[in-house]
Amino acid sequence: MSFFDYFKSKKNNRSASVAKERLQIIVAHERGQREQPDYLPELQRELLEVIRKYVQISDDMVQVEVDRNDSCSVLELNVTLPEH
Amino acid sequence: MARIIVVTSGKGGVGKTTTSASISTGLARRGHKTVVIDFDVGLRNLDLIMNCERRVVYDFVNVIQGEATLNQALIRDKRVDTLYILPASQTREKEALTREGVEKVINDLSERFDYIVCDSPAGIEHGALMALYYADEAIVVTNPEVSSVRDSDRILGILQSKSRRAEMGQDPVKEHLLLTRYNPDRVSRGEMLSVADVEEILAIPLLGVIPESQIVLNASNQGLPVILEEDSDAGQAYDDAVARLLGEEREHRFMSSQKKGFFSRMFKGG
Repeated sequence: MSFFDYFKSKKNNRSASVAKERLQIIVAHERGQREQPDYLPELQRELLEVIRKYVQISDDMVQVEVDRNDSCSVLELNVTLPEH
Repeated sequence: MARIIVVTSGKGGVGKTTTSASISTGLARRGHKTVVIDFDVGLRNLDLIMNCERRVVYDFVNVIQGEATLNQALIRDKRVDTLYILPASQTREKEALTREGVEKVINDLSERFDYIVCDSPAGIEHGALMALYYADEAIVVTNPEVSSVRDSDRILGILQSKSRRAEMGQDPVKEHLLLTRYNPDRVSRGEMLSVADVEEILAIPLLGVIPESQIVLNASNQGLPVILEEDSDAGQAYDDAVARLLGEEREHRFMSSQKKGFFSRMFKGG
């Protein structure tokens, strides 16, 4: 660090807190996916095929998730239908 | 029965082989019969770091395929006589490490050694999966940097689902966080994730913090496990980590920056 750097470089280097925040979000997201059962992608694909027999929808319009509680698991299915 | 310890990380270049060399040397120096296995088939480097590259005749894959015995392939360390190295093959495909073959070698080693240290290749492919499959404990080597922390979390997920202990429904693999290339000055300036940040995100117990140090490159240049550089901060930090692995209580060191005065910062550089 030279004489002039000492006075100018203080501000924009505090990136560690940004790193931490980004990591917390992505790691939580990836852990959520990790805990999903193995059959989920296949289930999603087949559901998509069935729905497409009747309605034209794109891949991202079907969301399948499993929520686990202590006593039971809930399969949550969200289908977004296109507007007419 | 030996304790089987995998040194893993997901990401490459974070210090797995450096750590494997130092941890195994540290265990052996305390009198434990220790063998360190290089699982990086095709990209073997543990032999270089441990200065036995010119003594490799047979390797791990030769043993698995029955072309050599374990005794022929094991290399005895010249500095610590309770330490042996099993080098990786430089020419074969990674798939040469079959699950049955690896299990046979590990079982045979388990009868003769107290500790088996498995140096994992980077990635989450076959070689890395084989290195962690039989582990009782895992040292997850992590740099204080976003891609390394994310990959470490991924590897933790794999340890919890794809190791033998997970598949057999046994007690889980015991996880240890080893933070390497840590630069306390940059942490104090807010430029680098702190130990506490990484512990909070990964949520596994901290085994040690190895400060970023020029000694590490100097040591690997010479084929000297850095733990043998006893006067260096990195060497001492590895020795602390080995002590903790063996159940000793050691306070964490080298985690805060040496305060520099106004003049030394102005004239000597950061």
